[in-house]
Amino acid sequence: MKFKLNRRTFIKRAVYALLSLEIIYVFTGLLRKKKAKKVSDGWFDAGNINFFEKGKVYPFGAAHFYLSRLEDGGLLAISIHCTHLGCAIQFNQNKDRFVCPCHASSFNKYGEVLSPPATRALDIYPITIQDDKVMVDVNSPLRRNKYENSQVTYV
Amino acid sequence: MNTAGHSKAITKLLLHLHPNKVDAQSIKFTRTFGLGGIAALLFVMLFISGMLLRFAYVPSVKGAYDSIIELENQVLFGQLLRNLHYWSGMALVLVSFLHVLRVFYTQSIYHERRKNWIYGLLIMFLVVFSNFTGYLLPWDQLSFWAVTIMTNMLSYIPFVGDAIADMVRGGDEVTEITLLRFYHFHTGLLPLLMVFLMSVHFWLVRKSKGVTVQNSDEKVLVPTYPNLVFKEILVALIVIIVLFILSMIINAPLQGKADPLISPNPSKAPWYFMGFQELLLHIHPGFGIFIIPLLVTVFLVYIPFVKYTDLNVGVWFNSNKGKKLTIISVVYALVLTLLVILSSEFFLDLRNWMPQVPLLISTGLLLLLLYLVPAAAFLYFLKSKYNASKIDLMMAMFTIIIVAYVVMTIVGSLFRGEGMHLFA
Repeated sequence: MKFKLNRRTFIKRAVYALLSLEIIYVFTGLLRKKKAKKVSDGWFDAGNINFFEKGKVYPFGAAHFYLSRLEDGGLLAISIHCTHLGCAIQFNQNKDRFVCPCHASSFNKYGEVLSPPATRALDIYPITIQDDKVMVDVNSPLRRNKYENSQVTYV
Repeated sequence: MNTAGHSKAITKLLLHLHPNKVDAQSIKFTRTFGLGGIAALLFVMLFISGMLLRFAYVPSVKGAYDSIIELENQVLFGQLLRNLHYWSGMALVLVSFLHVLRVFYTQSIYHERRKNWIYGLLIMFLVVFSNFTGYLLPWDQLSFWAVTIMTNMLSYIPFVGDAIADMVRGGDEVTEITLLRFYHFHTGLLPLLMVFLMSVHFWLVRKSKGVTVQNSDEKVLVPTYPNLVFKEILVALIVIIVLFILSMIINAPLQGKADPLISPNPSKAPWYFMGFQELLLHIHPGFGIFIIPLLVTVFLVYIPFVKYTDLNVGVWFNSNKGKKLTIISVVYALVLTLLVILSSEFFLDLRNWMPQVPLLISTGLLLLLLYLVPAAAFLYFLKSKYNASKIDLMMAMFTIIIVAYVVMTIVGSLFRGEGMHLFA
């Protein structure tokens, strides 16, 4: 197969290429991530801060996160989606850890990996505290590789 | 057959898929096992049953599951219709796979058939993709979590993985957008593409003068009608009867309505993807999802473009030696794959043995080498001991890949229970 490019083939190929690009552009535009329609601008009201005891984990199933109140009073809103393949993790009270039912990955109260196959710590959601109310931004999960102190929100 | 043309237009069109006369060897059942034809028949059955199912199905999160329940309980023969579609779909994946094996092992993918091998691989991909998109539609726990797992596998492709996964799902979770998207792919775009590619596929078979035969010198031509046509009708009837009986006995699975908050334990991908899921349990996702599939695809496409010196087109396993070597390869790959799975499950702990090495190297490259080095040694052994030719080695490599995938599929779907533990 010899590569020959004269004026005609060049124009022909250029037209084909442009048309293909056009179709790809339109198609990806159609398939692009849609803005999820969620509760009021994404800030979820989890309730009064004093309600949450230190060292305990509270499920917010409908909003897809667990609120973890750490021993020092800090707050973490941890996503329920396992970082391995996206199954819904559950908090095991007896073992004091999150466990994924699909492939047995487990995570501690900070979302750190305790056992594989997951490699990444659980995603977290940003938290702000307004008038003692814990507000969680459920529309913007933050990816992280490991737990850092800066991720915790304090009163 | 010689009445006025207009009254027989459809019959004649169908007969024109075949030439007037065919080689007597080519219509022996054991030449092709009718696999390509059966696949085409299954496609037609899926098309018809799918069209009917569309009248009952509601593609929305609220309506999908209930519409299936209503179909099964209220509609006359609704359950049978759904079962028929389900079993035809499963059969199509299996039959297409066997068809790929048949054309490969009878050396029917070389010379003028090269292009058709590529089209065939494309159609095989579309078959799997169609089945997978249909898997989500019942919107039960089984389908929801299988699709969640599969689309999350995509996100392990380096750099573009997340974008692709988000594009497939239309968001970062499986939602109604995903359902609508899959519904459209499953009932619109994919069947259309497949009809087009199948037409090209058939035409290229005709252009290469039909299916390959063992001895192209002993050519005896017989009329297609009735010799071939009657056989085809017989096979078609048997396939249809078997599918109906199967559909009457075994119902298509339907679990509880999809609940995005509770994953069933264990959550598994559809059975034809279990090989991937099994692979992912052992090896770094960068390798399991991207590098290995890429290498395998490149290898499959590349096979017919190598220059071979002693190719016997149409001969099963190329020669008796090839047959023997293929059998040895099957046994070797079987043992090797099982050994690697077991040692990786119970013994190897590369992550903790070398914590300072990046995971991509320790649980990725090293594990791959653990499989590739014995496989390469085996190929060298075939070459030195049996004086294997290039085509023999190609067949051995293909065999190892296929056996490895089949073993992983079986281990993953049958021997893994709760928490995906082996023998749980």
